[in-house]
Amino acid sequence: MKSGSLGSYIARRLLQTIPVILGVVVVNFLLLQLAPGDLATVLAGEAGGAPKEYIDQLRARFGQDQPVYIQLFNYMRNLLVLDLGYSFRQSAPVLDLLLARLWPTLLLMGSTLVVSLGLGILMGLLAALWVRTWKDHVISVAAIIVYATPLFWVGLMLVLVFSIWLDWLPTSGMENVVAFHEGWDRVVDIARHLVLPTVTLSLFYLALYARLMRASMLEQRGLDYVTTARAKGQSDRKITTRHVFRNALLPVVTMAGVQTGGLLGGSVVVEAIFAWPGLGQLAFQSLFARDYNLLLGIFFMSAVLVVIVNLTVDVIYVFLDPRIRIG
Amino acid sequence: MKTFWSRFLGNPRVYLGLIWLGLLLAVAIAANVLAPTDPFAIVGKPMAAPGGEFWLGTDSLGRNVLAGLIHGSRATLLIAVLATLFAVAFGTFIGAVAGYHGGLIDNVLMRFTEFFQTIPSFLFAIVLIAVLSPSALNLVVAIATVSWPPIARVVRGEVLTVKSREFVQAAVVAGQGDAAILIKQVLPNTLSPLIVTGSLLIATAILVESALSFLGLGAPNLMSWGFMIGAGRSFMREAWWLVTVPGVAILLTVLAINLVGEGLNDALNPRLADL
Repeated sequence: MKSGSLGSYIARRLLQTIPVILGVVVVNFLLLQLAPGDLATVLAGEAGGAPKEYIDQLRARFGQDQPVYIQLFNYMRNLLVLDLGYSFRQSAPVLDLLLARLWPTLLLMGSTLVVSLGLGILMGLLAALWVRTWKDHVISVAAIIVYATPLFWVGLMLVLVFSIWLDWLPTSGMENVVAFHEGWDRVVDIARHLVLPTVTLSLFYLALYARLMRASMLEQRGLDYVTTARAKGQSDRKITTRHVFRNALLPVVTMAGVQTGGLLGGSVVVEAIFAWPGLGQLAFQSLFARDYNLLLGIFFMSAVLVVIVNLTVDVIYVFLDPRIRIG
Repeated sequence: MKTFWSRFLGNPRVYLGLIWLGLLLAVAIAANVLAPTDPFAIVGKPMAAPGGEFWLGTDSLGRNVLAGLIHGSRATLLIAVLATLFAVAFGTFIGAVAGYHGGLIDNVLMRFTEFFQTIPSFLFAIVLIAVLSPSALNLVVAIATVSWPPIARVVRGEVLTVKSREFVQAAVVAGQGDAAILIKQVLPNTLSPLIVTGSLLIATAILVESALSFLGLGAPNLMSWGFMIGAGRSFMREAWWLVTVPGVAILLTVLAINLVGEGLNDALNPRLADL
């Protein structure tokens, strides 16, 4: 690859993300239009009712008396400077609320990614090495069952067993706020709270990656380059680690990138179960408070997050697989 | 070469799946006979343990869990199957038009499909239901809206390979119109991957439906498995069965559909069956 072409590749991929972001903005705007009750009526309702003239006045102030396309234009202009509107339920700008909740979600997603990818790849690798033995069957059947289990149910069952019956791990929250832990103690406390949510969110993806890794290993093992390597007299161990494993990883990495959106959706459920103070829980709360500004802000933020992750995965991919670079 | 049916039914996993699905279908159809009382009706004292007067116990209000399970099978299956049918219809339309026309139309439709694949789908379903208000119809609409893209991609891929085959060219020469060629010649040849993807989509739809119902976004007047788990959640300490039983039902159903779907895949694409 010539130097600089990686830069132009990233620039091209960045350009491709613009229509997606624009699409999300338009969808968001349309949904806000569809949502029952506009800002003015909500405000008037909060004040305990207001005359029609006052509501009209409010609408004029928010620009809601203008034609739809001008409202859309204003909405886009606001999003461009990251003005996501104001949450009247929480009395704070939506962006501030989102940023405060972003880190717990990223922590949960990060630990889930490490656990599900690490163990999933390992399990898939082992199953492929032990193919058609009882160990392979145990891994494969476990993966099929986990793959069919609803996420929220896994979470509740884990709480039932490990928190209620065994009393080993905390049921909810991110840390023990009344204990006022500091430094290392606080890290340990958060880690203990992180275990059950991470396991809950990881299991499904672990099964997915294990199955994919197994199939991918078996597929690669039958290809010509493996025959060539064997003909050259390379040992089985070397063929597996040097050639088959590396190539088999590629579909798993792709899948991990594709699943980011799913991971965010899953974190809504997991955070609702474990009262994990992240974006998902905020979404759950805004849902029942009918706080559409906040809910759609979360949706926008999540879509942007997915786009960023996809971009990152594509760049990682270029390093993993030199053949892509011509693309 | 074995036939499709012997490959499909010779697979023990498929048998297990079909038995459970057959049972479930019978229960869903005969729900009103098996459990004549309204599943929302209070029939006994609250939180009676399983094994007594009520086989699977009662919930926090004294509703019969077994009756809920029976009626829940109906709601869950109906919503999942309808949503899948909508998704298959829409996805097939988009994929077929994109693959058959190619060029600019293909480009635009595929960007459209990619857009729906990129946005976080479960979150999108939540937002849709929050804005449209929870109801059985909106549940179907929301689940279909987030699940059609894989269908469109599969159909497009198949149409692309089929449309250059000789029998399609023969139909063009014979003077058939585009729509006739697409519907009579091309689409029937895309059926087998469509059946596999579609059947696996029902499983995903059940998972999405029960997660939405669990969060309290399900159809308000329908007893569903996800709703039962959501309602039993606060009473896990006292009544473990309220959460466990409907969860096992969802697990078994999704598992059964996946087994049958994979069996279909193996039987329709015998070359890939070894992987």
